[in-house]
Amino acid sequence: MDAAQNMAHEIQHNLESDDDQFLTFILAGEEYGVDILRVQEIKGWDSVTPIPNTPEYIRGVINLRGTIVPIIDLRRRFQLEAMEYGPMTVVIVLRVDNPDGGKSRVMGLVVDAVSDVYNVPEGAIKAAPDFGSVVDVNFVKGLATLEDVMVIILDIDRLLNADELSAVESISQ
Amino acid sequence: MSIDMEQFKVTFVEESLEGLDIMESVLLDMHPGAADAEAIDNIFRAAHSIKGGAATFGLGDIANFTHVVETLLDEVRNGDRDITQEAIVLFLSSVDCIREMLSADQNDEAIDQERIGEVKAGLDSMLGSDQDNETVLPESNAATSTDTQENGWEIIFKPFPGMLRTGNDVVRMFRELADLGDFTAVVDAESLPPLVDLDPEEACLSWHITLNGEIDKAQISEIFEWVEDDCELVITPLSASNTNVVNNNAIDNPVTDNPVEEATSVDLQAASTPSERRAEGERRQTARKTSSPESSSIRVGIDKIDDLINMVGELVITQSMLSQLGEDFDMGRVERLNDGLAELERNTRELQESVMRIRMLPISFAFNRFPRMVHDLSAKLDKKIELTMSGEQTELDKTVMEKIGDPLVHLVRNSIDHGIETPEARKAAGKSETGVVNLNAYHQGGNIIIEISDDGAGLNYEKILAKAIERGLVGANEELPEEKVYELLFEPGFSTADVVSDVSGRGVGMDVVKRNIMALGGGVDVKSVPGEGSTFTIRLPLTLAILDGQLVRVGNNTYIIPLVSIVESLLVDQKNVNEIAGKAEVYQLRADYLPIIRLYEVFGIEPDQRSLDDGLLVVVEGDGKKGGLLVDELLGQQQVVIKSLETNFRRVEGLSGATILGDGTVALIVDVAGVVRLSREDGRCPSEQVAAA
Amino acid sequence: MANILAVDDSASMRQMVAFTLKGAGHQVTEAADGQAALDVAKGQKFDLVLTDVNMPRMDGITLARELRSLPNFKFTPILMLTTEAGLNKKQEGKAAGATGWIVKPFNPEQLLATIKKVTG
Repeated sequence: MDAAQNMAHEIQHNLESDDDQFLTFILAGEEYGVDILRVQEIKGWDSVTPIPNTPEYIRGVINLRGTIVPIIDLRRRFQLEAMEYGPMTVVIVLRVDNPDGGKSRVMGLVVDAVSDVYNVPEGAIKAAPDFGSVVDVNFVKGLATLEDVMVIILDIDRLLNADELSAVESISQ
Repeated sequence: MSIDMEQFKVTFVEESLEGLDIMESVLLDMHPGAADAEAIDNIFRAAHSIKGGAATFGLGDIANFTHVVETLLDEVRNGDRDITQEAIVLFLSSVDCIREMLSADQNDEAIDQERIGEVKAGLDSMLGSDQDNETVLPESNAATSTDTQENGWEIIFKPFPGMLRTGNDVVRMFRELADLGDFTAVVDAESLPPLVDLDPEEACLSWHITLNGEIDKAQISEIFEWVEDDCELVITPLSASNTNVVNNNAIDNPVTDNPVEEATSVDLQAASTPSERRAEGERRQTARKTSSPESSSIRVGIDKIDDLINMVGELVITQSMLSQLGEDFDMGRVERLNDGLAELERNTRELQESVMRIRMLPISFAFNRFPRMVHDLSAKLDKKIELTMSGEQTELDKTVMEKIGDPLVHLVRNSIDHGIETPEARKAAGKSETGVVNLNAYHQGGNIIIEISDDGAGLNYEKILAKAIERGLVGANEELPEEKVYELLFEPGFSTADVVSDVSGRGVGMDVVKRNIMALGGGVDVKSVPGEGSTFTIRLPLTLAILDGQLVRVGNNTYIIPLVSIVESLLVDQKNVNEIAGKAEVYQLRADYLPIIRLYEVFGIEPDQRSLDDGLLVVVEGDGKKGGLLVDELLGQQQVVIKSLETNFRRVEGLSGATILGDGTVALIVDVAGVVRLSREDGRCPSEQVAAA
Repeated sequence: MANILAVDDSASMRQMVAFTLKGAGHQVTEAADGQAALDVAKGQKFDLVLTDVNMPRMDGITLARELRSLPNFKFTPILMLTTEAGLNKKQEGKAAGATGWIVKPFNPEQLLATIKKVTG
């Protein structure tokens, strides 16, 4: 949990600047970034209650201070090799907005490890060509090269509002 | 009108709506001719308050409208007018109009001008005046006083002996006069009796006052307005000669001072009108939604609050006791610790019950709309219908009550429209001409039961079956037991009405009713006897937030089964297990065949054991369907707080929510009806399957 | 400032009057009808009574009459808050002992001005 705590401190420090800030994390060797303003907190990996009849990448739900929050496993989502979760494994708790309006939701992403927080100047994010990454291009906002590393900036709302995650099942008789 | 008024306006609207409810229920009970004086007084006062408040809080249209109603009611109150059926109907329509106007103001909506205009015209013509009503907020006009401004006035003021008894104070009046101009008064002590006979409470002095300045006579009269009947008052302009004084005396006779009085009262109000109207216009533009169909406030009896306060007090004591114990703890004090913890549990439980009770309101709030609705509908349909209600004091959660309103309306409309026959048909069937619709509510277990019954024609078995076959919901040659046929009513798109009346029967009703009730965690079913009537029964949980649950374990997972859904739990006896056509398994429990539902299959998890040998079966019932859930172990029973899965995730078939256990982990709450549905592949009930095998 | 008894069966009116008067530094006791006002009056002294006319249990005019029979209220100013501009009600009120009246609708400024006049 120390890694997570350090991360939290850094985020606090970086809040002053005007650039957009991104939290980056590692997943199967690639580095991904999410808008820091969406990050609610970072938790260690703990046990999860599985939900029946849901896609494999939805690991289940956890109790986040009294609220039920679903946990999405990005490795499984992007169909990467499964991994043993250990003390470095981290859950990034995000606020997900609904593009159709309506209330925002809170969801957790399981990732291999959190990397860093970067200030990204405007214009530094370039459109992503279909470069054959594991990630569906629809979920990618763009690419940025930050300190020599290529970071894939994710569109959180698109990624986590996909049908299986938000559709309310009709009550069939 | 300053912004401050807004806060009072909300209260005013609330109490006005209550007043309108009272008016409505009194009017509904009223019979033409024989008017109960107290009842009339009540509705007069309600209208009077609404008019007064509307005028005060800047709701001019409402004030004007209500004014006519009030005037008519005042006439009735004074015996100058009789209560006719026409009047009752007109008053009822007025209640609707005022309600609409109030709601339109609060929600910044448009009103049905035409309808309101119609009703107002009706009221006006009943009043017998079609000229413009006396406007409560008068058009601004210059307060033209009949007397011109003079340079000064001479006032002769002689109070009658009793004037002081009204609390009027000569010094006060003189002070006000002095504010207007240069004031001198000469006292006339002529009538002063000897000291011995002097009654200090009686006025026996008079004054001759000179007031210099450019002053309107109206201003002077205003100061004496309250006492004009209790004194002799002569006001003459100073510039006039003595001869004029004599003439003016005749004109200034206080008894006939009406024009001055009117000018005065206009004076008081005119000054405020232009600014009021401006402010009103602004206010309309910035009006925000202060009330919504599901209101966000609740009235709570003081007694419930006091209970809460007491309970919190006890909790604090227990906490401090435990805290003290903790400071200096050793194993010898374990028993005291246990006592403390038991006390804590008791306090918490009581506090919780107390808080839950705050959200509970008597169902009368939901039932109250029905007398009016039944009255209007039966008139519209030319049927005679009596509405009876029982159990109105049965309490349920406020939110549940708000959501059950529409389904209830639909079911009552259904009874009136399709259930109760016309008076002729009823007579022909040997029934009394007046049909009865009954609303009943009571508690049962953790639920509230609401019954809507009628003594009408009952459900038409053949017609429903025929329609179902036509819609393909039922096979052509299938024989269904009566209950099942009636249940078909709740299928989407089902309507047996030949002509779709605009009251109900559009075919979108019943299934939505059932869905809404199920969404609240409840259920609805119907019983009927052809020719005698039908009864719809709604079951609702008393509260949406808390559930009594049985914890069960399947493999590594803990699930909660709502206690209300559990019939019994038993150990599987293999000889009662039957397999049907290699597919479904059923358990024979006395006369019933229950489908065996392997929870681990439904939920896709690893159980301890897959065989039924010595398996544990929890017999459950949900939404009329029964089943036996196979679990690995029964854990304890406890009350759990229902947490929504949909807040951050979505609804999951088979689950009605989740909860957080004492150890902080999440346990899923089983939706029994959903699980039973999920496990049934061919949709037929087990007894059919057995029969078919 | 003044100690005022405000009587009206309409909660919104009471609140508005109380709020306005308290804002000007007066002390206000509220009552929802004549009977309640009378009960309060028997135990306290007031500088002024403001009362609506139409109220359940006991109306304003009866209240004025009852108050005048209490020694503490012989000369206390009693003002009727009335929408009835009709002459007869004012006469009745005066006959019952009321000091004067304030015609509804009134705005807070008018109320305060009248109060100031009467309580000095």
